[in-house]
Amino acid sequence: MPLNHLIALQDISAEQINEILELAKVFKEVNERRVKKVPTLKGKTVANFFFENSTRTKTSFEIAAKRLSADVLNLAISTSSVAKGETLIDTIRTIEAMQIDMVVIRHSVSGVPQMLTHNIKSHIINAGDGMHEHPTQGLLDMFTILDKKKKIEGLTVALIGDIAHSRVARSNIWGLKKMGATVRVVGPPTLIPRDIEKLGVEVYNDLEKGIKGADVVNVLRIQLERMKKHLFPTIREYAMLFGVNTTKLKAAKNDCLVLHPGPLNRGIEISPNVADGPQSVIEEQVTNGVAVRMAVLYLLGGGKANEIIG
Amino acid sequence: MKLLVKNGTVIDPVNKMEEKSDILIDGGKIAKVGKSITDSSAKILDAKGMYVFPGFIDMHVHFREPGFEYKETIESGSRAAARGGFTTVACMPNTDPAIDNQAMVEFINMKSKQVGLIDVKAIGTITKGRAGQELSPIGELYKAGAVAISDDGSTVMNAEIVRRAMQYCKMFGIALIEHCEDINLAGDSTANEGYYGTMLGLKGIPACAEESIAARDIMIARDTHGKLHLAHLSTRGSVELVKWAKKQGINVTAEVTPHHFSLDDSCLVSYDTNYKMNPPLRSKDDVAALKEALKDGTIDVIATDHAPHAELDKDVEWNQAAYGIIGLETAFPLIITELVIPGVLTLPEAIKKITINPARILNLERGTLDEGRDADIVIADINKEVEITEEFFGSRSSNSPFIGKKLKGSIENVIKSGKIVYGSK
Repeated sequence: MPLNHLIALQDISAEQINEILELAKVFKEVNERRVKKVPTLKGKTVANFFFENSTRTKTSFEIAAKRLSADVLNLAISTSSVAKGETLIDTIRTIEAMQIDMVVIRHSVSGVPQMLTHNIKSHIINAGDGMHEHPTQGLLDMFTILDKKKKIEGLTVALIGDIAHSRVARSNIWGLKKMGATVRVVGPPTLIPRDIEKLGVEVYNDLEKGIKGADVVNVLRIQLERMKKHLFPTIREYAMLFGVNTTKLKAAKNDCLVLHPGPLNRGIEISPNVADGPQSVIEEQVTNGVAVRMAVLYLLGGGKANEIIG
Repeated sequence: MKLLVKNGTVIDPVNKMEEKSDILIDGGKIAKVGKSITDSSAKILDAKGMYVFPGFIDMHVHFREPGFEYKETIESGSRAAARGGFTTVACMPNTDPAIDNQAMVEFINMKSKQVGLIDVKAIGTITKGRAGQELSPIGELYKAGAVAISDDGSTVMNAEIVRRAMQYCKMFGIALIEHCEDINLAGDSTANEGYYGTMLGLKGIPACAEESIAARDIMIARDTHGKLHLAHLSTRGSVELVKWAKKQGINVTAEVTPHHFSLDDSCLVSYDTNYKMNPPLRSKDDVAALKEALKDGTIDVIATDHAPHAELDKDVEWNQAAYGIIGLETAFPLIITELVIPGVLTLPEAIKKITINPARILNLERGTLDEGRDADIVIADINKEVEITEEFFGSRSSNSPFIGKKLKGSIENVIKSGKIVYGSK
């Protein structure tokens, strides 16, 4: 089934995930060339709508689109256009009227990309919606795991930290489960959302038990303002109970990979030793992110996987 | 003018009546109920194959006037009510300004008379400006015609104010209607806390946000012997509390909305903001508990919480979208389709919850077909299918998740004080 939008990994099949990851391999190779550009999206226009601050995701999408020769429009829209009385749908329709082909959207409210599918004609890529999903992050995490481990099926992946508010966690859970991994979520009960186990994950409130025997540890960023909502008492205590450091990491397998979607709070959820250590693949995640996003843009732009893959 | 409703099956729960009968209306009153009435001077309404009920009473609507006339007015709301079979409604005081003084109650009553379709009663606020700080002039509101008090839309978080209000209301015999939602527990959440909220990344309002306030108010009612009514209950825990309270003899009644017994939180997967309500749509288990509570009498009343919103309030990001849906026109078809046909309630049991039970809570002398009463009557065909479309609504708004659905139960004629206010003349 051709991909029309990419809203959530919940919506797509293991075959579709595989196809994207296979394509991303090809684009990763393109990114290592001296001339890092292919003409596949020449004449297409991609609009990046970022209603929430982002450096790495926005840059990554921009580079990905440019390397495919698309024209890229970057719109960092604060709530000011809403203050002017224009609705979100009107804002996006206005830009769409200038004949764009793809919309990449990040928004602080869950469900916004899905809502747009009913209101605009362009292909939509969700670059993170509220606490819902961040599908390209889930894909690049899986690409990175696959790159290092040569498989996903049968691996045990532990997601550590603020599961409740994390779109990265949800995309990881859907994607990894579809690809046959065992997924654990680890954090204090205040940051584990109700009924998460019904998504097929194991729940741990103890870091060492949660990462015991894990093949991959994906450490999530902790938003410091969560303290004000009484979700944990102090940063010190969070770091003490859930901060991943070299000692705690010993509970995992020796060759356990450490992922983090960034930006890092060094010394809080992850110690500098681990972030920069031999098991860390955090920088490679960023590199791989461009290739994965190229694969997604390529497919949504009407490209066929079999024209590229060997 | 005389009207004669002939050949219908009359359901009047208070009088335990459930039989083929005719009703003669004269001078706006019910003149006679009986078999084979003839009156050559009366205009005849043939109700053959249909049911005849007392006019429905909705004790929980939002008519938005004054302040939000772009969503609904007393006129458009009255039209919606008549369309749905409701001849009396009580509107909540979260208008702008709020219904917190005599002049506002009089305004609502005056507008209702001017429109002249149905009876729109006012519910006054518990606290001035619904701010939860100081008591409203409850005596003044009552004397002007307010039928209950409520800060609906918000919970009165200060338990001392609730206790004093409940004590004070005893002078007038009116109910305090609580919107049960602890604001700290609910926070800025927008969905039920549970599997679907977690999956969709929507912050959850836990069941205990409702239940803790229900429990608090039940204990205050026990203490004060005041009259407490709990609005739009949505969780299993809440109905368990009410059941316990009733066993203790505490003076508490409760209502549920048609959408809370018809829909559950799995509907949210579409992120369609017409499924965004407060209280939120709950789990399937909660819906089952509400149905049990309707059956065993724990829930006394079905009230719509008719909450009109314009497209610009709803066609926005989920978090920004307004809470609530319109409900007056879809209430009866949902009661028939979701409760009566599946056997949750018998037809008379269901009719009680939209006639005599709310009438008693609001101290209204209506909800029956006694001779001498105002002739408020509904004629309905419960086997006829209705298709819910935007055109189906009399309301100024059409924020309903039931658009596109086909339901059983059609309102054919509505008579208010002897005048046909909906249906064929």
